[in-house]
Amino acid sequence: MVYEERNTWATLIATIITVPVYVIVILMSAGGGPLTEVDWVPIMLWTVGASIVGAIVISILWGMAAGMRDPDGVGASDVRDRDISRFGGRVGYGVLVAAALGALVLSMFEADWFWIGNALFLGFALSTLAGDIVRVVAYRRGIA
Amino acid sequence: MVKPTKVTNSIRGTREAAGLTQAELAKRIGVTRQTLIAIEQGRYSPTLELAFQISRVFGVGLDDVFQYPED
Repeated sequence: MVYEERNTWATLIATIITVPVYVIVILMSAGGGPLTEVDWVPIMLWTVGASIVGAIVISILWGMAAGMRDPDGVGASDVRDRDISRFGGRVGYGVLVAAALGALVLSMFEADWFWIGNALFLGFALSTLAGDIVRVVAYRRGIA
Repeated sequence: MVKPTKVTNSIRGTREAAGLTQAELAKRIGVTRQTLIAIEQGRYSPTLELAFQISRVFGVGLDDVFQYPED
């Protein structure tokens, strides 16, 4: 597995773990009451931080393991990696635009900040997930 | 979502005939071994520049290594 594919997997794994944890913590904080009463900002910031740190840690540990097997190719990337990265980026961008439009509509209807902020957060998360899933599939099954 | 390339190639046979390993050929054309494997297996369509580099390593024309089917 090449360097860029490992990084994609690391981001994907970190996102798959942290986003559901965020949702669970928000729901538990609400305790059956209205979600808009939850102090969601610090929870979201911790989630984003944990996701970034988690992805970096996974990538470093995986890279160290890969480096023991193939010291020369551990950090190598090439034109195929760039093509796959762009391909995933296009898909992720589409999801992000949809989320931004959703947040815009929520703003127009003067929805609570909770819903606007979380619509954008969900957009970032889904954008990362969609882009990374497309990249992983492209690495495994091919890209024209 | 992801469609396999219609470009086929005879890199593997030509490479083996030339006595080159995947790692050696990959190094000479400046890509990872995984990318060369993907090209050989038809999972990645190489750029025109990469295709020229591959055929140049073998000292043959582009058409001798890469094929594109008629409709």
